[in-house]
Amino acid sequence: MVYLTRKAEFSASHYYHNPEFTPEENRRIFGKCNNPNGHGHNYTLEVTVKGEVDPRSGFVVDLKQLKEILNREVLDALDHRFLNKEVPEFFKQIPTTENIAIAVWQRLSPKLKAAQLHRVRVYETPDLFVDFYGEA
Amino acid sequence: MKAHLTRRYMFSAAHRLHSDAMSAEENRSTYGKCNNPYGHGHNYALEVTVSGPVDEHTGMVCNLVDLDEFVQREILERFDHQNMNMLPDFEREVPTTENLCICIYEIVQRGFRPAHLEKVRLEETMMNSFEYAGSAEVRK
Repeated sequence: MVYLTRKAEFSASHYYHNPEFTPEENRRIFGKCNNPNGHGHNYTLEVTVKGEVDPRSGFVVDLKQLKEILNREVLDALDHRFLNKEVPEFFKQIPTTENIAIAVWQRLSPKLKAAQLHRVRVYETPDLFVDFYGEA
Repeated sequence: MKAHLTRRYMFSAAHRLHSDAMSAEENRSTYGKCNNPYGHGHNYALEVTVSGPVDEHTGMVCNLVDLDEFVQREILERFDHQNMNMLPDFEREVPTTENLCICIYEIVQRGFRPAHLEKVRLEETMMNSFEYAGSAEVRK
């Protein structure tokens, strides 16, 4: 089994707010991330796939295909967007780094044919990242 | 849905690698320039990984404020700008980065309640790092 990781970047804005919470609860739990006008990050995404090396091509996965899928399914949808207002997953769910990692997994996993998705890592800043392995 | 969250922190500290169980010559051959009697220092980068189900109300594994407060109080205040050989944690152990990594893991494991501690990763320099996950295997 060989693991291959592809890296990409996207920039997006978001804010954290749960309509079930009172304004005080929202402020206490989410702090400055609760500002309704949003704020932004340069996200770094790492997608790791795993599989056996194809004896003819020497590839785990065709990188060009992986890049195309990543661009189409994830980057076109998230890059330079206000996540809460423009990305359907986050109309109801809060676009935390945790939920972004899960959303990226759910967008990519059904589209990958040759190799199997192993891990999605999303960096919100260089000091904070989330890993999702598709676990329930 | 279970996710893993990693937060990175920095601290600077001094140490000297020296074991009382070894002769002066053994110490020098084992630890090399790290055995210099006056000690030396590093800028350590610490990564703490916690895991758990993503809370459906907050979208979080745990509130970062809680993790930051815990690490600030229990780890950074203890080690930042200290000489580790002088600390009670290293009275009996050599403050190698292996032992420091285990020590930090055990402090977080004992005291941090909001999420499960998965792993501690500690960079001594940009060229070397150590990972400890208790009895579990370090996950790739």
